[in-house]
Amino acid sequence: MPGRTLYDKLWDSHLVTQRDDGSALIYIDRHLLHEVTSPQAFEGLALAERKPWRLSANLATVDHNVPTENQSAGVSAIEDPTSRLQIETLDQNCESFNVTQFKMGDPRAGIVHVIGPEQGATLPGMTVVCGDSHTATHGAFGALAHGIGTSEVEHVLATQCLVAQKMKNMRVTVTGSLGFGVTAKDVILATIGQIGTAGGTGCAIEFAGEGIQSLSMEGRMTVCNMAIEAGARVGLVAVDEKTIEYVRDRPFAPRGEDWGRATEAWVDLVSDPDANFDHEILVDGTLIEPQVSWGTNPEMVTGISGYVPDPQLDDDPIRRGAIERALKYMGLEPNQSIVSIHLDRVFIGSCTNSRIEDLREAARVVDGKRVADSVIQAMVVPGSGLVKEQAEEEGLDIVFREAGFEWRDPGCSMCLAMNADRLGKGEHCASTSNRNFEGRQGAGGRSHLVSPAMAAAAAIAGHFVDVREWL
Amino acid sequence: MQKFIKETGLVAPLDRSNIDTDQIIPKQYLKSIKRTGFGINLFDDWRYLDPGEPGMNHSARRLNPDFVLNNKKFAGATILLARDNFGCGSSREHAPWAILEYGFKAVIAPSFADIFFNNSFKNGLLPVVLTEAEVDILFGLATAEMPVEITVDLETQQVTDPHSFSASFDVDAFRRTCLLEGLDEIGLSLKDTDAIHAYEARRSIEAPWLFRE
Repeated sequence: MPGRTLYDKLWDSHLVTQRDDGSALIYIDRHLLHEVTSPQAFEGLALAERKPWRLSANLATVDHNVPTENQSAGVSAIEDPTSRLQIETLDQNCESFNVTQFKMGDPRAGIVHVIGPEQGATLPGMTVVCGDSHTATHGAFGALAHGIGTSEVEHVLATQCLVAQKMKNMRVTVTGSLGFGVTAKDVILATIGQIGTAGGTGCAIEFAGEGIQSLSMEGRMTVCNMAIEAGARVGLVAVDEKTIEYVRDRPFAPRGEDWGRATEAWVDLVSDPDANFDHEILVDGTLIEPQVSWGTNPEMVTGISGYVPDPQLDDDPIRRGAIERALKYMGLEPNQSIVSIHLDRVFIGSCTNSRIEDLREAARVVDGKRVADSVIQAMVVPGSGLVKEQAEEEGLDIVFREAGFEWRDPGCSMCLAMNADRLGKGEHCASTSNRNFEGRQGAGGRSHLVSPAMAAAAAIAGHFVDVREWL
Repeated sequence: MQKFIKETGLVAPLDRSNIDTDQIIPKQYLKSIKRTGFGINLFDDWRYLDPGEPGMNHSARRLNPDFVLNNKKFAGATILLARDNFGCGSSREHAPWAILEYGFKAVIAPSFADIFFNNSFKNGLLPVVLTEAEVDILFGLATAEMPVEITVDLETQQVTDPHSFSASFDVDAFRRTCLLEGLDEIGLSLKDTDAIHAYEARRSIEAPWLFRE
């Protein structure tokens, strides 16, 4: 038998039935739910008088809409009536269908892609889906994980399966050691800059090479999280010792005899040496410097020593038009240096960068310094209640507060501005989130995607700086 | 599900690549717990001059005269034409819901983002991939002084105009059948109940830790 990729193995082990028309049913081990993409699915289930196929596969939490201030006041205190109703609707649906949920204020609650791994609800070898495109995050564990729409949320609830077509295999190999002060976020932004926002469309991307293996599990989650920004629904990293050590003893992780059997099986969750990939991409890890996005999609990115591009130098008329539109929206001039971009707000958080290591990395930069007077707001939003508790145990909250950062309750927050946290028109934000689309962080807002350390340094300086000079 | 067999209509040319789901339907409208009510906010940031919030009287808002959908010439268009990577970004199914509710039945582009592409089929919206050259021709036809109606036919897998334009497109067999017949995909999958049970029985022996309550 020819060698198989990690994706091939995950597909094969979850194939329920292959139909004659080329479609297949694949089995879903873990289904994560949140308040935004599930209400219509629960409604559909109820209308058809269907029940969840396997209740224990489901885990729900509220994250997109929750306020990041004063969560202890409870759902009834949420000012925005539409947000409140959506959160109450999830609470009611979980109650009536008996789905396990971490409600707002529960320390285990938080961003769905932070809490899955944190709880051990995401395990190597699983299929994991959620009505959210950043479900790719969970692929860091050698799990087949991707975002789905609301119709599919209903489909998974009703059947524990998805109708799927097999994706193509792509491998992104990050060669060489990453330079000093270069983080997982820089790796994925540089990769998207290289292959483009549609570079991985139709593919499951396996991230490999020294530049990926050297990352912690949290760093690998940051990389896989943004596979979707390269067009790939699925990001993957092979299982190794770090994967297994991360999972050990987490609340939902296997125990006792199960643990031994599971870890034995997980060792095989790597691509065979002779496996064939449809596309192979090489990224030279030694050349990556801290990245900053300048435009309105994540491929519009460059290194901290770089400059905003000049559209006149682009031969392709469609791309030239896109750059011109982006610069107009972003209020930037061609050939302007990245370090000359001044910030109005700084956001450290999101499913990409809100885990404990992210907060440590930012706190290290901030320690003993002050947020620049020109910055209106700098906020840190931990990814979960447990991340928040851990950070407070380490005194990181004090470091941030003393520097002038706001220390918030967990949630998606200003990554997509569904709650009260948002940018004003024309404001520039150094953001550790994943999307710099027009209006993403607030109507007219201008997002620059960066790592936590780069965001922290920008908050202190008031403009972008090369954080490596500060470490 | 709503069927799609054939659609003849005007084409609205939206000449941009990488149109993301935040543009198709901005996040403030995702707070709805319903499947309807999104059409009026399709392309909200581009379509209106003032910022929109749920609960506003949107019909009283100031329209952006430069936005293509506000051009009277394209009123009643049922086919949306765009450039590469249409629908990139989030998994929000509110995007195809909004496009359908506005009145479009099909979207034509050289490429689509995977999740949007998949979500469209679940709702009776047909995403059609044509080559860049074919899309260029359609942009020319759509922006001509006297735009013509074109036909998207799922049975024959052809896009045609009344004159000489004709292009064929690929579509996955399962998705095609579901659209042509308006099938309930969940009902269809539940016909495989025995296979799902058999898989669970086998898998719970191989990987019992996945099945602990």
